[in-house]
Amino acid sequence: MSRRLLVSFFDHEEDILGASCTVREAGFRIADVYTPYAVHGLDKAMGLAPSKLPVVCFLLGLLGAALKVWFEFWTTAVDWPINVGGKPWNSLPAFVPVTFEVMVLCAGVSVVIAFLFVSRLWPGKQAVLADPGVTDHRFVLVIEQADAVFDPIKVHELLKRFHVVRVEERVESEEEAR
Amino acid sequence: MASAASSLRTPLIEGAKTPAQVTRDICAVLDRKPTWVWWTGFLCACAALVVGAAAVTYQIAVGIGTWGLNNTVGWAFDITNFVFWIGIGHAGTLISAILFLLRQPWRTSVNRSAEAMTIFAVICAGLFPVIHMGRPWLAYWMIPYPNTRGSLWINFRSPLIWDFFAILTYFTISLLFWYLGMVPDLATIRDRTPPGLRRRFLGILSLGWDGSARTWLHYETVYKMLAGLATPLVVSVHTIVSWDFATSVIPGWHTTILPPYFVAGAIFSGMAMVLTLTIVARKAMGLEQYITRQHIDKMCKVALATGCMLGLAYVTEFFTALYSGNQYEQFVFLNRALGPLSWSYWIMVVCNVGISQLLWFRKVRTNPAAVFVIAILINVGMWFERFVIIVTSLHRDYLPSNWASYVPTSIEVATLVGSFGLFFTCFFLFCRFVPVIAISEVKGVLSVGRKRTVFPLTIAETPAESAQAVLEEKGVPV
Repeated sequence: MSRRLLVSFFDHEEDILGASCTVREAGFRIADVYTPYAVHGLDKAMGLAPSKLPVVCFLLGLLGAALKVWFEFWTTAVDWPINVGGKPWNSLPAFVPVTFEVMVLCAGVSVVIAFLFVSRLWPGKQAVLADPGVTDHRFVLVIEQADAVFDPIKVHELLKRFHVVRVEERVESEEEAR
Repeated sequence: MASAASSLRTPLIEGAKTPAQVTRDICAVLDRKPTWVWWTGFLCACAALVVGAAAVTYQIAVGIGTWGLNNTVGWAFDITNFVFWIGIGHAGTLISAILFLLRQPWRTSVNRSAEAMTIFAVICAGLFPVIHMGRPWLAYWMIPYPNTRGSLWINFRSPLIWDFFAILTYFTISLLFWYLGMVPDLATIRDRTPPGLRRRFLGILSLGWDGSARTWLHYETVYKMLAGLATPLVVSVHTIVSWDFATSVIPGWHTTILPPYFVAGAIFSGMAMVLTLTIVARKAMGLEQYITRQHIDKMCKVALATGCMLGLAYVTEFFTALYSGNQYEQFVFLNRALGPLSWSYWIMVVCNVGISQLLWFRKVRTNPAAVFVIAILINVGMWFERFVIIVTSLHRDYLPSNWASYVPTSIEVATLVGSFGLFFTCFFLFCRFVPVIAISEVKGVLSVGRKRTVFPLTIAETPAESAQAVLEEKGVPV
């Protein structure tokens, strides 16, 4: 099913913040907002839930650390024990540094992979830009025209208070919808 | 714009830039043809790299017997260089991760180049242990894998193995951090590049970035996670490097002060290197409005603080040795200060603790030329610090009949020159092909120190109220 979208363009951080907040409070559905840099407070203005990526980071880090401790114990105490300076086979304190490093490695690499996965970014992906200037200076608010009573004129009036540069209607085909 | 400046803070970025101007200014360097300054620097760096490559090829071909090492001094130039370079890298992580967690907005102007410096420095550092192996083609023996040499595993109790894992992790995480921070900027350049091979290449690297707020939300979270991981990581890496020495039984190495001492020293030397690079880069690329005197001033303060910590460590170390009642410890420290290699000790003390005290003066900190000279001297001093720790502890050990001295051969010096060549070659290429300042992050801090409207997100009850609040903030008559 294709979506009817109302795309509005802004030039300032405060305007996109105010517009997103107002539009959402007025009961419209924001499809997405595009900004050239991370605008602080925009997630709250849009009503986005916090990212769950820290959970991935924590769990994968923990998994990496656990596997590493097991591996070091298995190689050093079980599979092929070697007497080094008379130290015990299971010299756990000596395993701490490598375990820490492997934990950081697993947590860091996995959180980046998870980020690329949830944000659907990959090498060679063609970016579909809401506006050619969106990675430069332009802020774009995309409102979904969810129901029949949606009145673009009324929304435009609302957005004018936030110095909207221009507003246009677009129809997103099924292929374009991610 | 002077009237709009806040009385609390001076703006971070000078010249009241708009986001579009920021993009233009920073990308201007990438758009124009390389200047003669760039070509001169790049070719000099390449020449040094060629010298180093020739020296490394030679010493691998004939063996590391070409070094000036002997039975007594078994570690010298190469390990000095290794510790020197890995230390240089640490300031990059400090700026990109620790200052991010401490919410220091000034980091945005220098973090990209500092992170690049970290990566290139770690590459230089990593080469030295590999060369030191003598048979670098067997370097993969460091990886624990089931092999045909008996099911022989690596010794996980050895600090040298810890080091291998630490550097590998540090390099990987730094690279991820750097690349991830660059993705939005690569997209910015992609969108201003005319269609062609360059744009296609940038399109692949920028991963289809479209600036969606949802992506930004996840991106910021991941950035925070990586910063949180990199902060203990950077401390652990240099701690582990110091354990290479501290877990031995050599007087002068076998001390518990070594980890904090090494970490402070690493950040000190790295800050000096960041200052050296940014002072030249801002001038050569005309980015004085982005990397302002305020930035240099702040980095000088970090260098001064870590330099003072280092001075405290020198004094503590000396005092502990004298107070320990251990004659070998006492001898090593007196030998450092008064023995045949005492010149290196005094270079270290004068450069690191003496000259860095000039940074107490605002006049010095705000004078880029003076800071540049001081930073170079600190780099020299920090190289000698590692030389002092390694060579003076070894050359006169327990048995006087074993005593020897150490003189580097031309091959070792050429290898050091080559590592500088590698570092600067990488850095010059970086300046040409990648925005040296994090464009998207600088856009986010443009308002720092300027009057701006703050939208009361939580106070407004109705759309009309919130809209009115914005208008009132802007001073528009309603």
